[in-house]
Amino acid sequence: MSGLPILSLAVWVPIFAGFIVLLFAGADRDSPRARALAMLGALAGLLVTLPLYAGFDTATPAMQFVEILPWIPRFEINYHLGVDGISMLFVILNSFITVIVVLAGWRVIESKVAQYNASFLIMSGLLNGIFTALDGMLFYVFFEASLIPLYLIIGVWGGPRRVYAAFKFFLFTLMGSLLFLISLIYLYLDSGSFAILDWHRMPLSLATQQWIFLAFLVAFAVKVPMWPVHTWLPDAHVEAPTGGSIVLAAIALKLGAYGFVRFSLPIAPDASHAFSGLIIGLSLIAVVYIGFVALAQEDMKKLVAYSSIAHMGFVTLGFFLFSPLGMEGALVQMISHGFVAGAMFYCIGVMYDRVHSRQIADYGGVVNTMPKFAAFFMLFAMANAGLPATSGFVGEFMVIMAAVKFDLWIGFIAASTMILGAAYTLWMYKRVVFGAVGNHHVAGLTDISRREGLVLTLLAVCALGMGLYPQPFTEVMHSSVDELLRHISVSKIQ
Amino acid sequence: MTLAEMQFVVPKLGIASAEIFVLAMACLILIGDLFAKDRDRTITYVLTQLTLLGAAVVSVTGSGAEEVSYTFSNMFVADRMGDLLKFLVYISVIAVLSYSRAYVLDRPEMAKGEFYVLCLFATLGMMVMISASHFLTVYIGIELLSLSLYAMVAMNRNSVAATEAAMKYFVLGALASGLLLYGMSMLYGATGTLEIPAFAERLFKGAGYDGIIVSFGLVFLIAGIAFKLGVVPFHMWIPDVYHGAPTAVTLFIASAPKLAAFAVVIRVLVNGLILFSHDWQMMLIIMSVLSMAVGNFAAIAQTNIKRMLAYSAISHMGFMLLGMGTGVIMGDPSFIISAYSSSMFYVVTYVLASLGAFGTILLLSRAGFEADEISDFAGLNKRNSWYAAIMMTMMFSMAGIPFFVGFFAKLSVLQAAVAGGHLWLALVAVFFSLIGAFYYLRVVKVMYFDPPASAEPIEATMDVKLLLSANGLAVALIGILPNGLMMLCTESLADSIVF
Repeated sequence: MSGLPILSLAVWVPIFAGFIVLLFAGADRDSPRARALAMLGALAGLLVTLPLYAGFDTATPAMQFVEILPWIPRFEINYHLGVDGISMLFVILNSFITVIVVLAGWRVIESKVAQYNASFLIMSGLLNGIFTALDGMLFYVFFEASLIPLYLIIGVWGGPRRVYAAFKFFLFTLMGSLLFLISLIYLYLDSGSFAILDWHRMPLSLATQQWIFLAFLVAFAVKVPMWPVHTWLPDAHVEAPTGGSIVLAAIALKLGAYGFVRFSLPIAPDASHAFSGLIIGLSLIAVVYIGFVALAQEDMKKLVAYSSIAHMGFVTLGFFLFSPLGMEGALVQMISHGFVAGAMFYCIGVMYDRVHSRQIADYGGVVNTMPKFAAFFMLFAMANAGLPATSGFVGEFMVIMAAVKFDLWIGFIAASTMILGAAYTLWMYKRVVFGAVGNHHVAGLTDISRREGLVLTLLAVCALGMGLYPQPFTEVMHSSVDELLRHISVSKIQ
Repeated sequence: MTLAEMQFVVPKLGIASAEIFVLAMACLILIGDLFAKDRDRTITYVLTQLTLLGAAVVSVTGSGAEEVSYTFSNMFVADRMGDLLKFLVYISVIAVLSYSRAYVLDRPEMAKGEFYVLCLFATLGMMVMISASHFLTVYIGIELLSLSLYAMVAMNRNSVAATEAAMKYFVLGALASGLLLYGMSMLYGATGTLEIPAFAERLFKGAGYDGIIVSFGLVFLIAGIAFKLGVVPFHMWIPDVYHGAPTAVTLFIASAPKLAAFAVVIRVLVNGLILFSHDWQMMLIIMSVLSMAVGNFAAIAQTNIKRMLAYSAISHMGFMLLGMGTGVIMGDPSFIISAYSSSMFYVVTYVLASLGAFGTILLLSRAGFEADEISDFAGLNKRNSWYAAIMMTMMFSMAGIPFFVGFFAKLSVLQAAVAGGHLWLALVAVFFSLIGAFYYLRVVKVMYFDPPASAEPIEATMDVKLLLSANGLAVALIGILPNGLMMLCTESLADSIVF
């Protein structure tokens, strides 16, 4: 471990960069400078996270790069950061996606450029804070604070129904997290500290565990989102600008799932076992029912939004099978979904910028005018459908295997995603890209610019690389996942 | 009483030096103002500000009461809580006067000189309330504050709304004062003393008083205090007065008096009547829940931002009372410092946010134009993103979203409620916070998502710019590092709670 507080840098460099952008390029005429500064900030943010991977010790399940400082001694709240094999990858993923997002908004966003980029940078730092916080209250503070930038992003730069979507997003998430807050206070008063790791070790009666599990469930289920509290997501996705959709799909959705791994499972293991049937049931509903809902969508963004919900169903399913394969599969799925869903939204954004429509019916034959784009889009569509050799396949396959081992029928229902996912994604792809040129908009399309090509290439390399050689991703998780499962298998009831 | 006992004792004037200073200056300024030729009363304004600054300096360096000390035959107490709250009162009145300077100048119908003098007298009233250790001192302080405020609300005498608000405020305020006095007379009847420490001692001794009469007195007392705090069901005046009063006066009412009212709660209920905590805690909890319910639901329906903030004030005072209502757990007072200091922290942070919010309303108001509709904030981000950011900070702080200080205030009160075994109260409180978030978000929405209502540039003098920015930064920075203020509240309160 080097002397630099790498995690603090990962959190505060982007936030600081965001304020720099606001301060030095706040005026409307300074847009080019705002973009350049934001790019620098995002790159710096990515750069400071790289030592996390390089210096990571894969042999230990313990927290690494730990920083601890008293923050609010009045309530024994510490500024306590650290990563293990589960959270480390998300920090890097998030910092990487921030670069993508700044690039994605380069030409598209014309008004209040500084505020747009600053919102993303600040949010990036806050999200890193969520993934690295080891203090319950610090986690909560980052968790809630990250609502503000996304609320503004959806509301200021969003589509026609942005106000509705922004409010729905904010209030849904807030509703979930307030119960979470009460649980945190309860745990604090019970244990005398806000340290998450102390809570992991703390014995709790089954009834208490169940209440806490349910309160956590409300918070995380909204964030994942799980059926039936998923309805904010399609609205938020459809109305958000492309960058907002990318962050929402790639990172924000992971927070709920991450919450399960960091809070629900280790703090309330007995309750997790007791409620595993419920979670598995909800996950399967998400996979199958939401899969059918996706099939019926006319709006591309909505379709991908629903497919995200279905994919996240896989993640929660994987967690609650309590096997290494399922857990790792779920984590791989989370990261892969970050690349693939991000890329899908970016592809839709590329088309939207040209045609200003997201309706599938307004397209057709895009391949004729945008061949390069169609090739990239094809790759991501395949990954979204879970085709082998793409990253989408690895996670889904692992989870399905684990599910089959757990119970054949659950495995069978889960495997239906292979068909459904292929059906809605590829059918959409077919209607949009293939066939004769649909209308004069499509006829007038220009193929991707170099900047767009760069974004797509970066994402494609990640999606393919992870599909072909998932080893670097899975090997860092092993010991942490094993330790987590060992921890969950021991009862906390005393 | 023999002659020997009637010796005249010179009271310790030193510990009341700030009060004496403010009183003397207020009288001097009042007389001086008569001879002022200048229509803008710049001299009066500057002298008033200097007086407050001087008092602030005195309270930081001067009395430095390490221990609790009494004077004026135990009618007046000086202690660290008093010092801290008074200091905050000076600061907020200084901010109020700066923010409202332009507003007052723009309105020829408002009496310039009298406005500042009344502000000083109101400040003196608050100082007396904060330092009261005798029921009559409490009463005198409240009356001095209230009478000044009645006049200030009515100051814009051509405005029907203001006159109506003043009338309502006066009639209801007089009723509340009556209730307060009536309650005090009962307490006096039961125990034979009005000195708060002696009164508490009599109660502790147990014998020789009728508990029923004390309980009755307590109910009247609480009704009177609840009126001053503005909590349901004694809140009727709040929306009308906030709405009808000139915004400068609304700003005044919405800030510093909350601090003084909090001090009265501590002096009277905690230091005087802790033995009856079981009774008053129940009352406070009921009022707290009702206030959060009425305040938050009614605020949603408002289109006028002053009215909205009035209802929000009701809900915030309710939230604050939650901390006061959960201090003594099953007769065990060991938790009270934590609970009451959370309430104190809550009030302080609320006053900060309230100052900033009304300050922004004043900033947008011009001669002949009151920016008091929520729609007047439309597109503020496009007109001036810095002021929009400040207003947004205030709104998120009031909504209790981290990293703004309001979140930590809510956290500490919720923590007190859960620790007090009132888990359900904490759940009710967060439920109403969720409702509350909606209308604060609406203000943010109007400022950020909507097109500008006017393209008029926003002008402000340098001192307002600086103070408002400092105010916004304080809400944000104390949010990032809240521990200092929290500890200050805890420590100063710990010294002041005596029984």
